[in-house]
Amino acid sequence: MNPAVLAALVFPLALTACTNNDDATRAITVSAAASLTDAFTEIGAEFTQRNPGTDIRFNFAGSSTLAEQINSGAPVDVFAAASTTAMDRAADALDEPVSFAANSLAIAVPRGNPANIEALSDLTDPNVTIVVCNAPVPCGEAADELFEKNELRVTPASLEPDVRAVLTKVIADEADAGIVYRTDIAAAEQQIDSIDIPDTDNVRTIYPIATTTEAPGQAQAFVDFVLSDVGQDTLRKWGFTSP
Amino acid sequence: MKKTTAPAPRLLIALAVIALAFLLLPLIGLLAETPWSSLPALLTSPAAAEALRLSIVTSLFAAFFATLLGVPLAWVLARKDFPGQRLVRGIVLLPLVLPPVVGGVTLLTAFGRRGLIGQYLYGWFGIQLPFSTAGVVIAATFVAMPFLVITVEGALRSIDTRYEQAARTLGARPRTVLFRITLPLISASLVAGIVLAWARALGEFGATITFAGNFPGVTQTLPLAVYSALEVSRDEAIALSLVLLAISLTVLVSLRGRFLGGRS
Repeated sequence: MNPAVLAALVFPLALTACTNNDDATRAITVSAAASLTDAFTEIGAEFTQRNPGTDIRFNFAGSSTLAEQINSGAPVDVFAAASTTAMDRAADALDEPVSFAANSLAIAVPRGNPANIEALSDLTDPNVTIVVCNAPVPCGEAADELFEKNELRVTPASLEPDVRAVLTKVIADEADAGIVYRTDIAAAEQQIDSIDIPDTDNVRTIYPIATTTEAPGQAQAFVDFVLSDVGQDTLRKWGFTSP
Repeated sequence: MKKTTAPAPRLLIALAVIALAFLLLPLIGLLAETPWSSLPALLTSPAAAEALRLSIVTSLFAAFFATLLGVPLAWVLARKDFPGQRLVRGIVLLPLVLPPVVGGVTLLTAFGRRGLIGQYLYGWFGIQLPFSTAGVVIAATFVAMPFLVITVEGALRSIDTRYEQAARTLGARPRTVLFRITLPLISASLVAGIVLAWARALGEFGATITFAGNFPGVTQTLPLAVYSALEVSRDEAIALSLVLLAISLTVLVSLRGRFLGGRS
């Protein structure tokens, strides 16, 4: 290869590599549960507005996938999970976690509720196409707990990798119902209808957050910001409750 | 194949070695992390066996449909001139370059419950392709067919058409020419195309999880089982990955590069 061409190919790479280590605009990577997508995107914008020197990069996915990434050495500074079990899975790589929000479940149905679902008990009908999260993902874990608590035998049509995937299937009207978080209902109000699950039948999930053991100071600053009044107000706005 | 005895530029050799190492290292990493002692137990677990069975059944069906529909398409592309031929070839090759997830979304818009055709299938016959094993076959056929079409089209273009002409002048009907002359002439490439399409179908992930969903025994094929296992047990995910790797490598080595030029 022509050395000039080689240089042209390698040089931009070297340049990007440098920006990562540049202290002037430091970027921190936050791995957060898919259900936090809207709330954290907004909190991130508020954080960078107040801390112009720090860029936040979000990595949203199912909490168990994120835990697995951290265990495999992914360069993550903050981990916000949708359940304590998912957080525990990466415990070795994390500092002490703090609970910052709580959530509960709801039934999402396509606009107009084509299968006429009125309550949890309607989900046992074999003719109803139901999607839930895969069991290792917190929303799947919570859905299993919900069915167990209410003694329901539900056979899902699909076990989705994260809660947004469940929601997508409902929005697309491929599924008659999906078990999602209450917060997802708030976020997708325009595109779906929902059936509330009374608190007595419902399952409550706790969201912990922690910095990774080698994270820079800005990571702790972000965690503190999530726990601050501004952060907590934003979480309320998106339907989360206090832990 | 042309080999050269001329000395190779050193830089070229060095870069070739880097290229090979880049492709090889992930495989070595997988082998290094494989839990060999617990491998038999992991692979014979009911969940793994179920995923393997489903993968083999759906990929064979996909290879069958890709062949049934792909060979005629390849023949038309190779032998007929028609307006918009370039566009048609582009469309045929699209699933090769399209992210499979996008492929899954496009399949939903066509065959989903609200899709262009899917709404009638559902409304008239109650057929729901998403979340069904048939949906897995559709997704796999969608991504696998281009491999068959390009391999077979290449072969059809490279064979000597005088044999076909001779048969025709001797009174053979077009169908006889196709089955007795054309297909036997390209048989090696046809087999290569079928095997490649099958291998692609076996490895299909993105379009499947998007269009058909993920449920053990119904739509959870081996690649989806790997993805689901990764969230629970890394060892299980690695063991299942190893199976896919072994099958794919065996297939590609046995083809000996036949898919490249499409020459038999």
